[in-house]
Parts: sequence; structure tokens; C-alpha cells
Amino acid sequence: MRRNRWILPAVLAVALIGTGIWGYQNNKEKQAVMIQAENNYQRAFHELSYHMDLLHEKIGTSLAMNSRKSISPQMLDIWRLTSQAQGNVGQLPLSLLPFNKTEEFLSKIGDFSYRTAARDLDKSPLTDKELRTLDALHNQAADLNKDLRGVQNKVLHNNLRWMDAELALNNQDRKADNTIMDGFRTVEKKVSGYDEANSSTSLVNNSIKEHRYKNLSGDNISKKEALEIAAFVIKDKDTRAYKIKKSGKGADVAAYNITYSKGNRHAQLDLTVKGGHPINYLMNRPVTEKKLSLHDAKLIAEKYAKNSGFESMEVNTSTEYDNVGVFSFVYKQDKTYVYADSIEVKIALDNGDVLGLSARNYFMNHHERNWSKPEVSLSEARSKVNPKVDIQTDRLAIIDNEAGKEVLVYEFVGIYKNSTFRIFINAMDGSEEKVERLEGTESGI
Amino acid sequence: MAKKRICFLIIIIYFLVGSLQAVYPPEKVEAFSSQVIHRGSVGEDVIELQSRLQYLGYYKGKIDGVFGWGTYWAVRNFQDQFGMKVDGLAGQTTKNKLAKASKYVKKTASKPAASVNVPQGYSANDIRLLANAVHGEARGEPYVGQVAVAAVILNRIESASFPNSISGVIFEPGAFTAVADGQIWLTPNENAKRAVIDAINGWDPTGNAIYYFNPETATSKWIWSRPQIKTIGKHIFCK
Repeated sequence: MRRNRWILPAVLAVALIGTGIWGYQNNKEKQAVMIQAENNYQRAFHELSYHMDLLHEKIGTSLAMNSRKSISPQMLDIWRLTSQAQGNVGQLPLSLLPFNKTEEFLSKIGDFSYRTAARDLDKSPLTDKELRTLDALHNQAADLNKDLRGVQNKVLHNNLRWMDAELALNNQDRKADNTIMDGFRTVEKKVSGYDEANSSTSLVNNSIKEHRYKNLSGDNISKKEALEIAAFVIKDKDTRAYKIKKSGKGADVAAYNITYSKGNRHAQLDLTVKGGHPINYLMNRPVTEKKLSLHDAKLIAEKYAKNSGFESMEVNTSTEYDNVGVFSFVYKQDKTYVYADSIEVKIALDNGDVLGLSARNYFMNHHERNWSKPEVSLSEARSKVNPKVDIQTDRLAIIDNEAGKEVLVYEFVGIYKNSTFRIFINAMDGSEEKVERLEGTESGI
Repeated sequence: MAKKRICFLIIIIYFLVGSLQAVYPPEKVEAFSSQVIHRGSVGEDVIELQSRLQYLGYYKGKIDGVFGWGTYWAVRNFQDQFGMKVDGLAGQTTKNKLAKASKYVKKTASKPAASVNVPQGYSANDIRLLANAVHGEARGEPYVGQVAVAAVILNRIESASFPNSISGVIFEPGAFTAVADGQIWLTPNENAKRAVIDAINGWDPTGNAIYYFNPETATSKWIWSRPQIKTIGKHIFCK
């Protein structure tokens, strides 16, 4: 009897602890599954928004295109994006919500792009009516896009969960924050307003992968020499602030990785072992009140590029972010702009310090190029551009085309329907290589 | 007689006031700061520039304080019409001509909706999502380490073996621990956003890495077989 007295509590205690552990494990697993499900929804949603962005963009660009050689692949691309966006919609937990407008739009543009891509545009080009349809679809895409972006913005800033929305739907609890659902309802309702999306291609990103630092000049340098260069770049001779290490086996080009740390200034500088060229430099320090204009900073950046051994570079874009100016330079040879050989320079607008240099593209691609004179004249090339585009500037350039080859082109920048487009016409055969919409601002929501 | 005198006085006063007005014009022309305004600039000067160009009918976009393409063409057209050198830069001559030709009332009370520059090809939401991932993955890391994580995500988009959108790469199952454990939903700080913008603008401290791991916590043996490029902070970056 006495023995039995503690057996029962012991068994109960073990059972209790066991249940506790089991419950905890179970809860943890449930949490993991919940997060996983949530992530799937989030992914589908952000991808839908991205695909709609891209779709809107591509439709817009196709309006500025002129040759069937560009329109057919563009339509194929639109068709592909359409089916991806439809896939995204299908993954969203919106069984109870109407999604007609978006799906209707996707099916319309899907049909249109498929028919156009499959057709021989040489024999039967797009009619005026079809162009009007495309224009209308473009406007509709803009509307849907704008609303989707608004919802996406709310989702990101208020940390909204799809799982919560679904639970709310299940419980019919209308008090919870239903921004996601309400947001989609507005997407459905609205068919007005007009806003432009961003384009998705950049010339620098497509830079050729074959060159691979073949043309680095100079001899191999030692760690000591590398540190001397670093002291010059960072403008501090205090050796204690530096650390140096050689790059590992996976690096594209052997480099010294130098880190610098002193007070609130932290920097990283990569110098190639061969020649000691700076491929990447980034200085992090607090930037205070803006005292210089972007134009002042541009002059500093130009001088810096020249003094750092980058000859014949010209500023291609300049942008101001949070009291910092970022300048992208491209190489210029014989009045021709070579996009692959680019560098970026970052200038602090409080005192004009150089905060960064990125020269990977330059060192990867730069070499002496020889090309033959254009066979197509400027005016001939001009006539190949969609006549609706009001051309503002023209120049010669070398870009990587879709096949990844360097081609000599005429670069036209012009306006169509209040948007700025960049159109590249091959200078040898007059074909339309690329059409892009240029934009780079967005209103803070 | 007295009447005449008063009349005379009034006339004299009238002329006095008139001449005073000629010496001190009622409105002082107040325009722009002394800076040259360049494409890509943001701020008060750009708002004034856009407002004046809009007043004259050259600019048709939103007054958003960001010197984008629309503003650029407006400046060039204005310069062309007024016989100036066409360079799209709002320098002293351009600003003077503009100030003379247009009216501008500086608004101090209501601030216009703040717009920001976003790198070509990315939306503000893209940047926010990237910043979330960077913050979740590398908030304890040095700044360069944060740029590096953003660069890896961008390198993955370019790589054929990974999804080709930001959300695709970030939410790929098992790709990032911060996504798997929900830390991605912490609110990112300014540092994370700056790091993302640097990475988008072309800074890649990793040297084209597509993987990284923390050697102290990594459980996968496979990751050690990847060719390593370098270490930044606590992370090893590899191909």
C-alpha cells in the first residue's frame, strides 16, 4: 500500500511531462507549418505583383516598338508572364473573394499576345484596332498594377499575414485588420487612374560573361603594396586599422580583401592581386546634412575617376539618395559609348568624400575594341524607330544584345505618351535590338 | 485756396509714393538656391524648378521634387525655346531666365508628397522586400556584410539555377533561415535599406557569390564543399 502511494503520482508526473513535451513539439511543428504556409502565400502574392509590374512594362514597351522582329518575341514574353501571373493568382487563398477583373485581364492579354506571337507579322502587321486594344490593355494593366502595389505596400509595412486573413474569413471576424481582403476588393472595383511602373532591364547587368578580367594590366603586388594602396584610397596611414586577406578559391579573380575600421568609419576594399586595381570599395560612415549639390558631387566623381586611372569615362546616370550621390560612368571611345565597361562612384553630399567605387564590370570587360564604321546612316536608323516616338537625343553605343553579343547601335532616347523610351537600332543591319522604358522615381506611399 | 493746397499735397504725396514704389518693387524676386540642378537631384530646388516649368507649360508631370526624365526634357525644351545652350542642366542662366518668365510661390505649410529615386528596374516595394530579407538575415553584421547579403540575392536572380524574381529567390523554400523562422518580418532599419540600394547600384562586396553561411551555425556539410570566395563579418561567401 505504501509503495503504491508514490507510484501513481510518479506515473502522473511522467505522463504530465510527456504530454507537455508532446504539446510543445506539436506546437512547434504547427508553428513551422504555419510559417511555411504563410511564406508560400507571401511568395505567390509578391510574385503576382512583380509579374503584373513586368507585364504592364512589357505591354508599354511593345507600344513603342516598330519592327516585328522585336514585337513577336515581346508577345511571347507577355504570354509567358501572363500564365505565370495566372499561376500566382491560383495559389492565393482567395477562395471566397472575387478575382474576376484580374483574371479577366490576364485572359484577355494572354489571348491577344498568343495570337500576335503566332501570326506572321510580315504578312499581316498589327492593325490600328489591335493597337488600340493593346493600348487599352496597357491602361488596364496600369490600374490593376497601381492597386496591387498599394496593397503590397500595406502588406509590407503593416506586416499583414495571409494566414490571419484566412483565419478571419473562417471565423467571420470582421473586426480584424482585413487590409489584404479589402485591398483586393478595391483592386477589383477600380478601373481608373494612371500610373507608370518601372522597367526591368538594365544594360549593365547584362554585361558579357566571357571576358573575365583578361585584360588586367600590371604585375602581381604583395600584401604590403596592397596595404599602401589601401592607405592611399582610404586616406589613413594607421596600419592598426587595417586587416588583409587573400580571396579564396571561388573568386573570379584573385584579390586582396582589405577591411578598415576606425571609430564610426568602416570600409572594405578589394584589390586585384595582378596590378592592384580596385574592383570594389565601400566606406560606411554617418552622412550628415547635405551641403553639396548633385552637380558639385558629379564634378568630384569625374575627377576621382580620372585620378584613379579610369580614362575617357563619361557620366551616364546620376542619382541622389539620402544625401548621397551615385554616378554611373561608361567608357567612351570614338564618340561611342561602351556600356559594358562601366564603373559606379558614390559621393557623400555632406563633405564630398568618395564613399564607394565599383569597377567589376570595367575590369572584367575592358579591352581595346575595333569596330567598323556603321553601315546604316543616322537618318536611316531614325526611320526605323516607331514614328510615334518623339526622338530627343541620339548617339552611337556598343551594347550587349539579347544573344549576349556586343553590337554597334544607334541609341535614341525619346518620348511616347509622357514616358521616356530608349531605343537601340543596330548600326550594321538596321534592326531594332532593344526597346526600354526609362524611369527611376516613385512617390512615397 | 485751402482746397487747392490739399489737392497739391495729395498730388505730391502720390508722386512720392509712386517714386518710392519704383525704387522698391513690391515683390522681391526670390528664386532658387545657387546650386546647379542636375538630373537625379531631389529637394526644394527641384520642386521650384518643376513648378516654374509647369507654370510655363513645359512640364506636365507631377511636382514631386525628383529631377527625372520628364523634368529633364522640360528643361531642354525650355532652353531650346529661349535660345540657350541645350544641356538639360539648370544652371544660373537657365534659372534666371526661368525666374523672370514664371511665378512661383513657395509653399511652406503643406509639404508635397515626398518622392524618392528608385534604381532603374526596381520598385519601392522590391526594395522594401529586399531590406526585410537583409535585416532578417544580417542585422548583426557590419554594413558591408548587409550589402553582401543583398548582392547574393541579386546574383541569384541573375543565376540560371535560381528563380528570376526577388520574391522568388527570397521565398524559395529552405533558401534563407530568416524566412523559415519568420524573422524576415521584423521591421528593417535604414541601414538595411541603404545596403539594398548600394547592392542594386552595382556594389557587390562578395565578388559574385551565390551562397553564404555562418560557419558556427551551419548544419549542412554540403555547403563546405562550395568554393569559397571570402569572409565578411560572420558569413563565408561562396560560389
